[in-house]
Amino acid sequence: MRLCVFFSLLLFVLSNEQLTSYADMMPPPEKVVSGYEFLTVESKALQDDDFANPGMLWVDRGFELYSKEVFGNQSCSSCHGNDGEKLIGIADTYPKIDSQSGELINIEERINLCRSRFLAQSHLPYEDDDLLALTAYVTSKSRGKTITRDWDEELKDHVRAGRNYFYNRRGQMNLSCSQCHNDYWGKSMRGETVSQGHSNGFPTYRFEWQHLGSLHRRFRDCDLGVRAEPHEGGSLIYKQLELYLRLRSEGLTIESPSVRR
Amino acid sequence: MINTRVSVPANANKGDVIELKALIRHPMESGHRRGPRGEAIPRDIIVKFECEYNNNEVLSVDVHPGVSANPLITFYTIATKSGEINFKWTDQHGQVWTDQAKIAVS
Repeated sequence: MRLCVFFSLLLFVLSNEQLTSYADMMPPPEKVVSGYEFLTVESKALQDDDFANPGMLWVDRGFELYSKEVFGNQSCSSCHGNDGEKLIGIADTYPKIDSQSGELINIEERINLCRSRFLAQSHLPYEDDDLLALTAYVTSKSRGKTITRDWDEELKDHVRAGRNYFYNRRGQMNLSCSQCHNDYWGKSMRGETVSQGHSNGFPTYRFEWQHLGSLHRRFRDCDLGVRAEPHEGGSLIYKQLELYLRLRSEGLTIESPSVRR
Repeated sequence: MINTRVSVPANANKGDVIELKALIRHPMESGHRRGPRGEAIPRDIIVKFECEYNNNEVLSVDVHPGVSANPLITFYTIATKSGEINFKWTDQHGQVWTDQAKIAVS
């Protein structure tokens, strides 16, 4: 028994060690399919309509906050352009390493860092309405962009950690993300079709929430769904998972603010 | 934070049927739900939506708890003359939100 455990541990370590290149860490699904493809015709129409898409309410609000002078006559737009010109196409470059602190940050944290470093504003808690609005605005500036990025060596450990989270079973149900989203995508579960679990639409307007929500909120929902203890929004492990999902969704286009079930 | 979006065509020919859309961010809490500890969540809904075109009523809607959060209302009218179209939402506490858009009719 002990020997068995030892060997399986050894195997685990070895299989992990072998994942040296990003290509090795790519997912098994040959065809990458956006969550959009699993929506009903009506939901697709709602997402495609730039007026009626309820996520746009948050984008509007985000733009309001973005242009508001909060520190002297400084606002987000003082650096990033009146209409967010300098934010175009940046969404898929996150999460990344912050050069100042050396830590992995996502867009939400980048916004908070900008607020504290340049605008003397308070830290917005994760899932705060204003933070969601600003994130939705920033991400919407990358709408339609195909996800491709240069994968630096320094990110490798984070991607690997995220990948482990994706493949490890957890919770009372003893399920891993990969079991649903790699093995059974496209099949039915409780009247819904299981998607591949891509992050290209987040922050997204979910009918279940009747509200815009972040990717980490979705992670928490999934973890609760398999009856595992969820992590806090903005925690390192969720950011690592977010990073792995970026690698996993290469080739899809950014749809945020999207509409999802 | 409640914000609104309205859609009115900027230009139209006299007699055209035009599409108007109004979206408001509102929780539309039905009053039938309970929170995580079993406590009743009080009702908080919009009860009235009105639209006026040059001070003439185009549409008036009584809204009930069955309507989803962030309600989107789409309707049609006939372009008669240039002017302003006003949208007005009233909630159960009497609070009012308004939005307007201009239309040029040729």
